[in-house]
Amino acid sequence: MKIATKFLGEVEIIEQDIITFEHGLLGLEDEKKFVILPLDADLPLAILQSVEHAEIGFVVGYPFAFKKDYSFDISEEDYKQLQIEKAEDVLTYAIVTMKESFQDSTINLLAPLIINMDKKFGKQIVLQDNKSYPLRFPMQTLEGSVK
Amino acid sequence: MLVLSRKKDESIMIGDQIEIKILAVEGEQIKIGIVAPKTVKVHRSEVFEAIQAQNKEALSSSTSFLEQLKKK
Repeated sequence: MKIATKFLGEVEIIEQDIITFEHGLLGLEDEKKFVILPLDADLPLAILQSVEHAEIGFVVGYPFAFKKDYSFDISEEDYKQLQIEKAEDVLTYAIVTMKESFQDSTINLLAPLIINMDKKFGKQIVLQDNKSYPLRFPMQTLEGSVK
Repeated sequence: MLVLSRKKDESIMIGDQIEIKILAVEGEQIKIGIVAPKTVKVHRSEVFEAIQAQNKEALSSSTSFLEQLKKK
């Protein structure tokens, strides 16, 4: 099927790739169907695009590329809700707030997106107050192995 | 909303497993202790509000950002 996207114009997606966020995202509780669209840039970034609304599209980043030691526990409740069977099925992204320059842009490490790629369920979770994983982590500190 | 008055060191139970205790009252600041099962997530409401606001700000990212990335 074809969908209109915020950043990439019209894009062909397959229905099996649609990820359901049962509770939407925080502040966007009604947006439940998303797809991850790759970016062919040399950067650890992708697009999280709403299937239903073209204007709802986020730049998301692979958090480990920005903070090497990023780690958190997924609660049992979230495990169940996302029907996670194997940890390998879980993909983690964090939402990027793009500013005029890449250097001023930030990535939200406090509320990452966890996605069960096998079952196609996703959720934005909130980590316990943690100073090393802020809401606005500067992107310039690209420290992971990905360029 | 249910409103209850409590003094220092008094507590309330929510269900069987969640206890909220008033630990200290210092002027405008109230220290609250929370005992809850691990599966119950406890966050300050501002955290949620800040994340909601950040999601909305992220949405307003300019669509020209792809161009910026290419320039980098």
